[in-house]
Amino acid sequence: MSADRDRTPSPRVDVCVIGAGPAGALIAERLADRGHEVVVLEAGREFDFDSRIDRMERSIRPAHGGLSVWEMGGERDAYSSTGEWFYPLNTARVKGVGGSTLHWQGMVMRLHESDFETDSRFGVGDDWPIEYADLKPYYAEGEKVLGVAGASDNPFAPPRDEPHPMPAFEPSYSDSLFAEACENLGVTMHSVPNARNSESYDGDSQCVGYGTCKPVCPSGAKYDATRTIDDAREAGARVIDRVPVQRLHHDDAGETVTAAEYVTPDGTTHRQEAREFVVACGGVETPRLLLLSESSAYPDGLANSSGLVGRYFMDHLFAGTGGVLDERTRQKHVGFLTSGTHQFYDDPTVGTEQGIPAADADRAEMTPMKLEFFNYAGPSPVEMALDGETWGDDLLGELREGYGNSIAMGGLVGQRPRKDSYIGLDPSTTDDHGNPVPEVHWRVDDATERAIRRANDIQRTILEALGAEITWQVGPEDTGPAYHHMGTTRMGTDPTESVVSPRLRTHDLDNCWIAGSSVFVTSGAMNPTLTIAALALKAADHIDDAL
Amino acid sequence: MRLTRRDAVAALAAAGVAVGGGATLLSDSPEKSDASPLDDGTVATLVAAAEVLYPSEVEDTEPFVTRYVQRRNADEPDRATAVADTVAYLDEYTDAWFDAAFASLNPADRDDAFRRMGVDTADPDPDGSDVERLRYYVVNELLFALYSSPTGGKLVGLENPRGNPGGLGSYQRGPQS
Repeated sequence: MSADRDRTPSPRVDVCVIGAGPAGALIAERLADRGHEVVVLEAGREFDFDSRIDRMERSIRPAHGGLSVWEMGGERDAYSSTGEWFYPLNTARVKGVGGSTLHWQGMVMRLHESDFETDSRFGVGDDWPIEYADLKPYYAEGEKVLGVAGASDNPFAPPRDEPHPMPAFEPSYSDSLFAEACENLGVTMHSVPNARNSESYDGDSQCVGYGTCKPVCPSGAKYDATRTIDDAREAGARVIDRVPVQRLHHDDAGETVTAAEYVTPDGTTHRQEAREFVVACGGVETPRLLLLSESSAYPDGLANSSGLVGRYFMDHLFAGTGGVLDERTRQKHVGFLTSGTHQFYDDPTVGTEQGIPAADADRAEMTPMKLEFFNYAGPSPVEMALDGETWGDDLLGELREGYGNSIAMGGLVGQRPRKDSYIGLDPSTTDDHGNPVPEVHWRVDDATERAIRRANDIQRTILEALGAEITWQVGPEDTGPAYHHMGTTRMGTDPTESVVSPRLRTHDLDNCWIAGSSVFVTSGAMNPTLTIAALALKAADHIDDAL
Repeated sequence: MRLTRRDAVAALAAAGVAVGGGATLLSDSPEKSDASPLDDGTVATLVAAAEVLYPSEVEDTEPFVTRYVQRRNADEPDRATAVADTVAYLDEYTDAWFDAAFASLNPADRDDAFRRMGVDTADPDPDGSDVERLRYYVVNELLFALYSSPTGGKLVGLENPRGNPGGLGSYQRGPQS
């Protein structure tokens, strides 16, 4: 199915969803399935599935920049990065039907109970107004919708009541190299849950091993939100692409949103009216749309009487260590991970009796971390060949020298929420419609930097136990974001301290809901999409109640 | 190491050419497809280039390249024109420097021609200068075909290189040699 060619608005509908990423798609599908009339407005376009192999080639061949794979960049996507660290925003997102799941890695873990209670447990950050138990049934449902391949072999994972919908992917040969070192060090390895088909699932192909999961899966075995958009359409939802919403309008009393104003590719402006509005544009564009929708009633931006729209911008940070072994390690056969360890997640300071020293720090001085064993360490031969300055036997010699013995660990470290890390508007630069571009002012705290160092120490210990020669490390000085935008319309019970309620409705407006990682109160260190899905399913229930 | 018809199918799949054409490609006939707009001289020049670009232990380069470039450019007249124009530039260059078309040169002179024109350090750019387009449409095109195929991958110990849908078996296996 393709996007609606008629881009004129529908007569006032039950629900207008802004954004066709996973959060918006799930809400649209759930509400349409319950008989509500739903229109989805998406700023980007709908990509032809058959174009994915061409996009894969673009991702491999050096002539085509990474942004060209999903056609990001240009005036439409202009932004400013003003924080202490540069933020590569357009590398971090995709605009289009499916949103950033078009280029995501597909790792889907539940947040831990501790992530919801960092203030109560450790005296840092803030507690969520909901608990893990509140989300648990939604996590299970999200795993079904996304099609998660996983196993219940992770002793550090939060409680669950049912197995994953599909069996986990088998461990890699590379995992087996880590296994002995980890066992000797008292580090427990376990499977990694993937939103990727380990077997045929709901009509979609089993993974066939293209190896280019990020940024594009040509087989469709990796979940992306186009699947859910298709389901939403089948349930009766209408999806319109290439219609960036410019602002939201409200009634005279400032109590309800009345219309979403959008522009079509030919420059025509329309208003979509609805009973309920869902803003699901991601952690950057959601606060931006609210800020752009300022009015006399909301001079600092719609739903922003707290002044917190855009504040507490968080991401996860990468920590990695790698090197070479004196044996073949079998990397780059697939583009996903099969093993990790969450042993140091709830308390990164703990050590093991067998050889991981405890950190000289309190738990409150660090953020959570998860560690992973790479299946794609080192260079890819085909990409080395295309970037090389030689050919023939000389090139083959270089490839054999460069490929084959690499080994590495990665990991994500959570970031503590801080008010002075924010998404704002930069009025000095405008997009293709004359709107101020997003200003990304990203700041990271000392606890996060300590946790990155701690992750590096554990990684180094494991790799040295394996006998690797360490050749690189990504630590606090050269780390970067994992492209998980969180925290910019945080959830809470106090309207002066948060933007949305535990039901995901804005405190200020009765019919304005927010779905996505922008409502996260803390980051945890788990990839956020499963939690985005769980929260979207929760929001759908609440919106259904309101209707 | 012998390049097979299946390697050509795999390379074409990585290049976005419908694998539905694989049945034709797996037939015994290596002749060009009716839809291919590349003439024999252009194909011969590409084969001659591959003989220099590919390592010496690769066998059966000619049928592999012929199948690959014919199918790759079928139904893509703009791409085929760009390839033909780039090959024509290559022949003009070697005519000027070596008094012969590229395919007529011995392998050492073909290698020398590539290096003289700076294709070894040129950025691949389909819209760039003559040499940049040569790097894109000839050198990188042929290297992409080889190293995204199973046989190309095996040359470096990777049976399932990026871009090849080689399944879920190889990542679990240990070294094969």
